[in-house]
Amino acid sequence: MARGGPVGSRWTGRLLDLYAGLVLLYLFLPIFVIVSYSFNKPAGKFNFVWKSFSLDAWRDPFLYPALVDAMKMSLKVAAVSTSVSVVFGSLIALALCRYTWKGAGPINLLLVLPLTTPEVVLGSSLLSLFLQVNAPTGFWTVVIAHIMFSVSYVALTVKARIRGFDWTLEEAAMDLGAPPFRTVLKVTLPLIAPGIAAAGMLSFALSLDDFIITLFNAGNQVTYPLYVYGARRAAFPPQINVLATTILVGSLILLGITVLWQNRTMKEAMTK
Amino acid sequence: MDSVITLEHVQKRFGTYIAVHEAHFDIGKGEFFSMLGPSGCGKTTTLRMIAGFEQPDSGRILLEGQDVSRVPPYRRNVNTVFQHYALFPHMTVRDNVAFGPRSRKLEEAEVQKRVKELLEVTRLNQFAERKPAQLSGGQQQRVALARALVNYPSALLLDEPLGALDLKLRQAMQIELKRIQREVGITFIYVTHDQEEALTMSDRIAVMNEGRVEQIGTPEEIYHSPSTVFVAGFIGVANLLPARVIGLMDNRAVVTLAGEQRAEATAPGWAAKPGSDATLMVRPERLRLSADGPGVAATLTTAVFQGPVVRCLLATPDGVEVIAHVGSEGPRPDLQPGRSYRLLWDADSARLLPRAKASAPLDLQERTTLDLAGSH
Repeated sequence: MARGGPVGSRWTGRLLDLYAGLVLLYLFLPIFVIVSYSFNKPAGKFNFVWKSFSLDAWRDPFLYPALVDAMKMSLKVAAVSTSVSVVFGSLIALALCRYTWKGAGPINLLLVLPLTTPEVVLGSSLLSLFLQVNAPTGFWTVVIAHIMFSVSYVALTVKARIRGFDWTLEEAAMDLGAPPFRTVLKVTLPLIAPGIAAAGMLSFALSLDDFIITLFNAGNQVTYPLYVYGARRAAFPPQINVLATTILVGSLILLGITVLWQNRTMKEAMTK
Repeated sequence: MDSVITLEHVQKRFGTYIAVHEAHFDIGKGEFFSMLGPSGCGKTTTLRMIAGFEQPDSGRILLEGQDVSRVPPYRRNVNTVFQHYALFPHMTVRDNVAFGPRSRKLEEAEVQKRVKELLEVTRLNQFAERKPAQLSGGQQQRVALARALVNYPSALLLDEPLGALDLKLRQAMQIELKRIQREVGITFIYVTHDQEEALTMSDRIAVMNEGRVEQIGTPEEIYHSPSTVFVAGFIGVANLLPARVIGLMDNRAVVTLAGEQRAEATAPGWAAKPGSDATLMVRPERLRLSADGPGVAATLTTAVFQGPVVRCLLATPDGVEVIAHVGSEGPRPDLQPGRSYRLLWDADSARLLPRAKASAPLDLQERTTLDLAGSH
C-alpha cells in the first residue's frame, strides 16, 4: 500500500498503513462484535460476554414475540416513510436541478435544516406539536417524524446524483412526439432511477436506525431500536444480534446491486 | 414554391434582450435552408421556436398553413437533430429510432418497418443493437438523423449537428447529409455559424446578425450580391472601401473613394441621395494589380504564394487594408513588398453597400483561424 511520495520514506509509508488499518478497525469493530455475538451462547439473559460458539439463536431467530413485533414495526415505519419521502424528495430534487427559480435558494437552506438541527430538539418540538393538535402518538406520528428528516436526505442525495443530467434528452423525447408524462416515464425516470434507489436505501436505513426522534413520538409503540434500548435492562438475547446481522447482510447485498447498476446507468446519462 | 414553414413577424425576447427581431420569411418544400450567423445572432432561438421549445412573443409560425405558434413540440410534425445528438443512453440504436413512431402510437409492425428503412438510409444496420455510448461520433450523428427522420416530419431541424465532429468527418457528413436530404426529400432547416458549411449544402441561406435576418438568398446571391456590409464580411472575404455617392443611374453608382478616386459599382435598388456615405465592396479575386496607370493606389505589405493564387495584402494611403488574390494567369506586375501599386476592378464586380452602422466587419482572417481551432 505504501507508495513512495516525493518525501516519503519506507517508514512513513508503513506508519500510514498502520494508521489506516487502525481507523478501519475502529470503524468496523462494533459491527464485527454484533455479528460474532449472534453466534454466542450466553451464560445468562445477557449476551454481553463471549462464552461459546452456537447456532441456537440462528436456528430460532423469532423466539421472542416482542422483539419480532418491534422489528416488524420498524420495517413498517421504514417502508411507509421511505415510500413517501422518496416521492417528495425526488420531486424537490428535480425541481431544484431542472429549473432556475426564486424559491431554489431558500428551499436548499430548508433542506439542510433538519440534518443540522439536533435530534433532541426535533423530536421534542415535534412531540409538542402533536400534543397541541391532539394527535395520539403512535405509528403515524413516528412515520410523520421520519418522513420529515428523510425527505431532506432523499432530496439532497437525488440532487447530487442528477447534477449534470442532460436535460435536452427530455426535449428530444417531446420533439419525437412523447407528451410530458411519457417523456418522464420512458426517459427521465429510467435514467435517474439509480439515484432515487440509492436515496431510498439511505432513507430506509435512517428510519430503521432512528432512536431519539422515535423515542419522543412513539407513544406506547416499540420499534427495534427502542426494544434494544429497553432490553439492556431485562434481557439481551442473541436474537437481537441475529436480526441486526440479517439486516446488515441484506443491505450490503442491496448496496452492491445498486452500485453496479448505478455505475452502468448513470455514466450513460451524463453529458459527453 | 409551396412553403412548409412560414414565419410572420416573429419576435422573441428574453427579459430585455431581443433574441429574434421581426423574423419574416418562408421556407419551401424540399428545400435545404440554412440559418447562418455568429453565436448570439438568434438562429438557434428561431429554430427552437419552429420546434416548439420556445414560443414567440409576437408574430406567428405556420407549419403547412396551420398556426403552430402555441402548439407544444410533441404535437408538431417537425423533428430536431440536436447539437450533441441527445440520444437516449439507456436504449439501443433500434429503440432510439423507434421512440418517435412508438410515441405516436403506431402499430408495432409499422414501427419496425420504418425503423428498418431509416437504418438502411443512414447505413446503421449492423449497429442496431448497440447502445449510443458504443458508437463513434459520426455513427451517433447518423442515429440522431435516423431517429429524427423516422416520423416523416414536414421539416427536419438541425442545430449545428456537425459542430462536435472533426474537420474531415464533418466534410464527409456534409455530403452525407445532402445525399440523405435528396433521398428522403424532406425540408431541412440547418443552423450553423460555419459559412463554408452553409455554402456547400444550402439551397438558400438566411444570414442573421444580432437577432435580425440580414439577407436571404441562394449561396451565389449571398456571395456575389450581399446586401449589407455584415453579409459581405461574414461570407467569404470582402474588401470594404469607404465611398461617397456622386451619381446614380440604372442600378449603377459613381462614387468617389478616399483620395478623390472615382469608381463605378453596381447598386441595384440603391435609393440614397448623391453625397451620402456608402461602402464599396469588392471580392479579393476580382481585384487586379498593376504597377502604374489608373486605379486606387495601395502599398503592398505582404505577398504570399498559395498555389493557384498569390495572396496580396495591401494598404491604401488612408489606412484601409485590402486583400487581393492575384491569379497566375494574365499579366501580373513584379510583386515587391513596400512598393506602391494600382488596384483595378470591373464595375460589375464591385458592389455598393450601405455604410455599416457600428462595428467594423469581422476580421475574416481571424475568424477562419478560430473556426479551424474550434473544429478540433
